[in-house]
Amino acid sequence: MLDGMVTTESEVETTSIRDLDVAGSDSSLRRFLHGLPGVDQVGAEQRAAALGTRSIKTSAKAYALDLAISMVDLTTLEGQDTEGKVRSLAAKAMHPDPSDPTCPATAAVCVYPDLVATAKAALGTSGVKVAAVATAFPSGRAAMDIKLADTRDAVEAGADEIDMVIDRGAFLSGRYLEVYEEIAQIREACGSAHLKVILETGELQTYDNVRRASWLAMLAGGHFIKTSTGKIQPAATLPVTLIMLEAVRDFRESTGTMIGVKPAGGIRTAKDAIKFLVTVNEVAGPDWLDPDWFRFGASTLLNDLLMQRIKLSTGRYSGPDYVTVD
Amino acid sequence: MAKAGFDYAPAPESRSIVDILPSYGLFVGGEFVDGHGKAFKTVNPASEEVLAEIAEADDHDVDLAVKAARRAHRGWSRMPGSERAKYLYRIARIIAERSRELAVLESIDNGKPIKESRDVDVPIVSAHFFYYAGWADKLRYAGFGEQSLGVAAQVIPWNFPLLMLAWKIAPALACGNTVVLKPAETTPLTALLFAEICQQADLPPGVVNIVTGAGSTGQALVGHPDVDKVAFTGSTEVGKAIARTVAGTDKRVTLELGGKAANIVFDDAPLDQAVEGIVNGIFFNQGHVCCAGSRMLVQESVAEDVLHRLKRRMATLRVGDPLDKNTDVGAINSAEQLLRIRELSDIGEAEGAQRWSAPCELPSHGYWFPPTLFTDVTQAHRIAREEIFGPVLSVLTFRTPAEAVAKANNTPYGLSAGVWTEKGSRILKLANQLRAGVVWANTFNKFDPASPFGGYKESGYGREGGKHGLEAYLR
Repeated sequence: MLDGMVTTESEVETTSIRDLDVAGSDSSLRRFLHGLPGVDQVGAEQRAAALGTRSIKTSAKAYALDLAISMVDLTTLEGQDTEGKVRSLAAKAMHPDPSDPTCPATAAVCVYPDLVATAKAALGTSGVKVAAVATAFPSGRAAMDIKLADTRDAVEAGADEIDMVIDRGAFLSGRYLEVYEEIAQIREACGSAHLKVILETGELQTYDNVRRASWLAMLAGGHFIKTSTGKIQPAATLPVTLIMLEAVRDFRESTGTMIGVKPAGGIRTAKDAIKFLVTVNEVAGPDWLDPDWFRFGASTLLNDLLMQRIKLSTGRYSGPDYVTVD
Repeated sequence: MAKAGFDYAPAPESRSIVDILPSYGLFVGGEFVDGHGKAFKTVNPASEEVLAEIAEADDHDVDLAVKAARRAHRGWSRMPGSERAKYLYRIARIIAERSRELAVLESIDNGKPIKESRDVDVPIVSAHFFYYAGWADKLRYAGFGEQSLGVAAQVIPWNFPLLMLAWKIAPALACGNTVVLKPAETTPLTALLFAEICQQADLPPGVVNIVTGAGSTGQALVGHPDVDKVAFTGSTEVGKAIARTVAGTDKRVTLELGGKAANIVFDDAPLDQAVEGIVNGIFFNQGHVCCAGSRMLVQESVAEDVLHRLKRRMATLRVGDPLDKNTDVGAINSAEQLLRIRELSDIGEAEGAQRWSAPCELPSHGYWFPPTLFTDVTQAHRIAREEIFGPVLSVLTFRTPAEAVAKANNTPYGLSAGVWTEKGSRILKLANQLRAGVVWANTFNKFDPASPFGGYKESGYGREGGKHGLEAYLR
């Protein structure tokens, strides 16, 4: 799993930024981002809806369910989170279905920075990553040194992945260079941890903005682009994810660097998750059908995936009491 | 995670909902009767399996059908519009209720993917009857008179069998006309199921008559002296023959014929959606669409980029079993049509255009043609001028908007056109300059019962759909 990411890391620094030398100033960034092809809203939503009608049955469904489980960043981001809650979440992440050892583990557990150490200790060497939301999540409204400290804090506590938020205010007012530099600095503060850049697409409002923010985050060195914090509605919609998948596909074609995508928030059913995987498959391509390159930020989704998985293997639908509540 | 790939397992729609009889007669005067021509077979183009034996109407059968329609016209035309509307609403509802059955049957007989018959054809059929039902008691407000014409002879093609039936029958009936309709030889089954729906709706006998057969039956129908109105959708060649047949009579005629639509992509277009629109424009319904965007005119500055995106997208099209819910491109409707597509494609190659087909495995039985595009095409190539009526796109380039318009209009046809640009003013300007009945902007192949449809030049005359569609059936 790490192999792919190591390659990417060097490529982000060497290839993309130099070859697409656009980050010199606000105006050069603006010229570049506003020069990207526009997105027609009606057409994009129609395409997403069409992909959502794919009928995924039997063996394809079994593949998709297991893949989706292995892509879940099992998340708890609440004021009421405790060490106990995080430990039980970690247990669930390692063995989502305790009665079935063939059930894959999730990709990561996603927590606030102060609970990273707890999660790390609980997960040990299981291979399940610890992701931490940093940079004054979810609003991103704090001074830069605080955001950097927040990030370093999480990394020092053992976070494998950092989920940062961009400054949407800066983005919407056209201060692209500020957003770029913020991402680049956080990336540096991440050290060897991988950086997911949350665009908070619900606040960016237009698909043109989503495409531009995606490119900005990729140019600045993010390893992943992520839709949402989960605190703003709408969160991860299929059309928004489609636009981001087009962005990573196009970015790889122009730079050779592969970037991951993480829709987060609002994906609650296995049926929805499968629609996302179909979209990954047909828009970005099968290379992205891998937890290294695609994640679901979710909490309740996992149980529905498990229930559908059990139903597929036993032919019976056992109900919510046959999966764990954590 | 192994990269075994995400292979979609077969997801076939069940055939059990349809009940295909071994043989079918004609629908005349509200009943199924024997035909006296030479019966023919209709086959499933995806498998070449014979589906049923279909009666052929000879001249005498056609005459009986026209007489039945004439008898029924007396009562139907004098019935208050609000009462006619009730029948049309009832038909619309039954179509919606039996939509799955109609969609499956359409896909079996025509070869189109179930997702299209299910999500496009049948819903629009129902919507069309609902729409014209609403007009039946408001004809005086349309401004085309309130009198029906009488008996309408209607001949429809095989590409959208049930949808073309709806486009013909719904406005005719709403205006108080009665009809004799001839479905295409290769796709009669949904029209015959529609006849059953007319019975189910208690439509007065003779208001709708359906005669099956090939060219000679159609000739007998449009040439019948007691027909007041001829409506035809199909090839320009047959359209011209019909125009000759009715010349000198007082029959009213509407013709909806071929096309060679230009889909114009400017360098400021939303490229990913433009690619979707191009794909939809030419590969929807295997390209068996008279308004298909069969010529892509792309601005030179983005031609390479657009072609790259287009080929990548075409490679994801799933060609195969029409009844599989994941099929994007189904079977070519007949051996005859497949031959024509092959011929014209070979000519394209011989004339020097570069052929590229999406890599896909085609089934071993049935009639199939892979999604294909030609580059290095010029206005002088036959594949840029003649209607192929298959999944074959000709790619041409242009440098300026004026050149795009000149090339788009440089065709004997004029049914539809597409414009892809983020610049609203350019859309409006081009819409005025393009000589086509429909100009789609940043979309393609959008159909709505409220929107009129029809062509310029050799694409025919008259409009179907919307308020305009009433004009052809009123005086």
